[in-house]
Amino acid sequence: MKRTSAPTVPPEEAPDGEPLLVVDDLHVEFVTRQGVVKAVNGVSYSLNPGETLAVLGESGSGKSVTAQAIMGILDSPPARVPRGEIRFWGTNLLALPEEARTRVRGRRIAMIFQDALSALNPVFTVGDQIGEMFRVHRGASRRDATKKAIELMDRVRIPAARQRVHDYPHQFSGGMRQRIMIAMSIALDPQVLIADEPTTALDVTVQAQIMELLGELRRESEMGLILITHDLGVVADVADKIAVMYGGRIVENALVHDIYRRPAHPYTKGLLASIPRVDQKGRELYAIKGMPPNLLDMPTGCAFHPRCSYRQDDCVVEAPPLYEIGPTRAGACHHWREVLDGSRG
Amino acid sequence: MSDTLVPAGGKTGRPKHGKPRRGTRRAKAPKDASLWGDAWYDLRRRPLFVGASFLITVLVVMAVFPSLFTSVNPFDARSCELADARLGMSEAHWFGTDNLGCDIYARTVHGARNSIVVGLATTVVTALVGGLLGLFAGFRGGALDTLLSRITEIFFAIPSILGALLILAVFRTGNVWTVMLALAVLTWPMTYRIMRAAVITAKNQDYVLAARALGASAWRIMFRHILPNAIASVIVVATINLGYFIAAEAGLSFLGVGLRSPDISWGLMISDARERFLEAPWALLFPALFLSLTVLAFIMLGDAVRDALDPKLR
Amino acid sequence: MAAAGEPILEVRDLVKHFPLTQGIVLRRQVGAIKAVDGVSFDLRRGETLGIVGESGCGKSTLAKLLMALERPTSGSVRINGHQIADAKGRELKRARRNIQMVMQDPYTSLNPRMTVGDIIGEPFEIHREVAPRGDRRRRVQELLEVVGLDPGHVNRYPHQFSGGQRQRIGIARGLALQPEIIVCDEPVSALDVSIQAQVVNLLERLQDEFGLAYVFIAHDLSVVRHISDRVGVMYLGKMVESGKDTEIYDRPAHPYTQALLSAVPVPDPEGRERRERIILRGDPPSPANPPSGCRFRTRCWKAEEICAVEEPPLRVRPGTAHASACHFAETHDVIHAREGV
Repeated sequence: MKRTSAPTVPPEEAPDGEPLLVVDDLHVEFVTRQGVVKAVNGVSYSLNPGETLAVLGESGSGKSVTAQAIMGILDSPPARVPRGEIRFWGTNLLALPEEARTRVRGRRIAMIFQDALSALNPVFTVGDQIGEMFRVHRGASRRDATKKAIELMDRVRIPAARQRVHDYPHQFSGGMRQRIMIAMSIALDPQVLIADEPTTALDVTVQAQIMELLGELRRESEMGLILITHDLGVVADVADKIAVMYGGRIVENALVHDIYRRPAHPYTKGLLASIPRVDQKGRELYAIKGMPPNLLDMPTGCAFHPRCSYRQDDCVVEAPPLYEIGPTRAGACHHWREVLDGSRG
Repeated sequence: MSDTLVPAGGKTGRPKHGKPRRGTRRAKAPKDASLWGDAWYDLRRRPLFVGASFLITVLVVMAVFPSLFTSVNPFDARSCELADARLGMSEAHWFGTDNLGCDIYARTVHGARNSIVVGLATTVVTALVGGLLGLFAGFRGGALDTLLSRITEIFFAIPSILGALLILAVFRTGNVWTVMLALAVLTWPMTYRIMRAAVITAKNQDYVLAARALGASAWRIMFRHILPNAIASVIVVATINLGYFIAAEAGLSFLGVGLRSPDISWGLMISDARERFLEAPWALLFPALFLSLTVLAFIMLGDAVRDALDPKLR
Repeated sequence: MAAAGEPILEVRDLVKHFPLTQGIVLRRQVGAIKAVDGVSFDLRRGETLGIVGESGCGKSTLAKLLMALERPTSGSVRINGHQIADAKGRELKRARRNIQMVMQDPYTSLNPRMTVGDIIGEPFEIHREVAPRGDRRRRVQELLEVVGLDPGHVNRYPHQFSGGQRQRIGIARGLALQPEIIVCDEPVSALDVSIQAQVVNLLERLQDEFGLAYVFIAHDLSVVRHISDRVGVMYLGKMVESGKDTEIYDRPAHPYTQALLSAVPVPDPEGRERRERIILRGDPPSPANPPSGCRFRTRCWKAEEICAVEEPPLRVRPGTAHASACHFAETHDVIHAREGV
């Protein structure tokens, strides 16, 4: 891995051979009254233009914290980043001064959240809020900004955009608000869009609409999409590759077909077996026993071992590194071969 | 789906980042793990609380057992020597003497009782009256709620000093009970409002719905489910108000409508010392100091209690 | 899950309108939110009826109506033949012993200031005839065991438990009175994926062990399919389709059901290009102002004139084996990947 040099704003074009975004051995900690919470423990993944990376995990896995570290929106204190780099076209974002990071945030890397209602300011019209992106970052006049806002609202398929540009967020439905948030985020043609559980709070038919919209937008612009979710169904529909997170670490990295067909980590395997399917009726769901780990008091060795049916002695002692299983696969399990073979431990 | 304490909107909530999961025990869990127990555990460790409590303990002891602090009995007319008027601080008179030659230290010590009694009594009355009315109004809603809310709005419109003056003028006599009554009448709407708001929030919680689904009676729901969850905010306000009541009593006595001679009140002492302040500043400064410290102690206590009971910090 | 026996819950033409009023002193009714607008179904002993629908369809209101937490505007709810919709006082209290509820949010459905033992024991305090005083503690501990928790934890408080464990406590509370029917209102939606399976398995096991009947209300179609024997689909206050789980999922007849099912992402990337995609346009109409005739017609690709004029009743349509409310009902498999595409 190349070490970066002096902190400058990331280049506008791809330096040769650099992926669009690389998270390299990122560690994030929170200092709380009860102790130090190790939310992210050495996470690495990369994203290329036009790719969709799904980061899959449950609560406490660190998936959202990683994304916020990329955006630079963590409250520090209490958060701190003791180790790791986040490279955007080769430039380490963590080493940039705050001023430069602000120029990256929103313009080059954008983020949408789960709850659009609270992400939008209730006292400004949606036209104002979308237009603000142009007024602040491109110095556009109010009139031009509103025109651009209408264009964007059309692009995200909000009907009657011209009339609705002066409406307030609460006058829109949940799905529409999510579209507005998407419009704001793509306003300046970012190269990376991070979507943190964008459809979890939405109905399934609205979810389908939003995911379709995201797919279209991505295809149009070669934007890289990082989709953070816990929903294995959504991931199967849209992702090219997946990083599965557990206990602040990546436990498996693979292309989407490989993960579903032959998972290499017991957690992934357990998850796949435990979700009910709409196209099949099973006898009994496989339930992963136990509970997600307490981030203040992580188990020794592998964070998953208390719940693992493949556990052996070495799992309690030594935390598994991310073993390379193939050119596009990696898994953090000492016994990944057994898991791949399909024998239940 | 997330670490939130209370997922927003009923479905899955916003992920909360990095904070420890609910449901796991802290490294050293207190024995009584109820929310009250947790709050007490937390309170014991706050310097603000410890400091305030110490101060208040001293003041309460002073109020209950003034003879522990001074052997002079200021109510006995013979303890004041007119010839000793306006003497400075000395061995015989630690805080000096006032216009009538009475020992200021002894008067200050004995004045604690009235202040604390007024503060405490008013707090208890406003908490009980406002709290119970707020509980019923918030729970039942409807006509009772509307009526009470309009009434309390009228009270809020009355400026408190003028209102107190008016009430005390009607009574003509000024003693601990009339002062308490005047203050309570004007302040109960505050506790009413706070209790009512807390009750309305609690009423809509799922566990109240669950209790109804079990067939719980209205009384059970009010006193077993809603009251314990609504009372925290009232406790916080009551504790802070204690300080204000003490200051209010002093103010009213200063104005001449509160406690009167021969009752001892810090406010009265300040009023008496006002004219000859330049000659005998200690006559005003010491009671003022004690007054400030007392009010401060209660407000600090209320602050610490509020922080400890704040559910968002749990 | 064998669904034998006679119906223990009969719902007929259940309607709940919430009035919309204007004015402060004198309130006038200016409209109504027609949350539930004529729903009928039966629930048999030991079976699970799944109710699915999206937000605004009325399923949460339906749950409250079944639990008599709201009074219906009209219609009837009978448990074992006894009408509970307008029952009052002692009669209502007695009826509650037979139908209990598990709620969605494990963080707000338990009183944070009561111990777990008190929470589970409260049903016995309210209904004193169910268990003698000396017996209560033992029963509470038994219930904790039954749901897979440590009976020694009776004196702990809810905040000391995880989300999944709290949900188990809620289930234990629901079982205390030994009801025949449990209404589950989104019981696993707020839980982590890996915990959902534990709780679903628990519910199924309890059903087998105690012969419970469930009304399982959820928006997650996969979970509903897994646990239900029969399913009803709701849209804007009406039930638009109902039938056995295989009928609804493999051979849906109503266009809304088809759209709903095609929108569910399946965790299988292989078939993703070959499944049918029906993307509905626009937002659902407001329940305060539902479209005339068939409520789904504003978003339906099959809509014709008759749909605006005549509301299609829920009944078995020609060419199908189960009831649906569409003039042009036609079964169509949308969730399985098509061959050779």
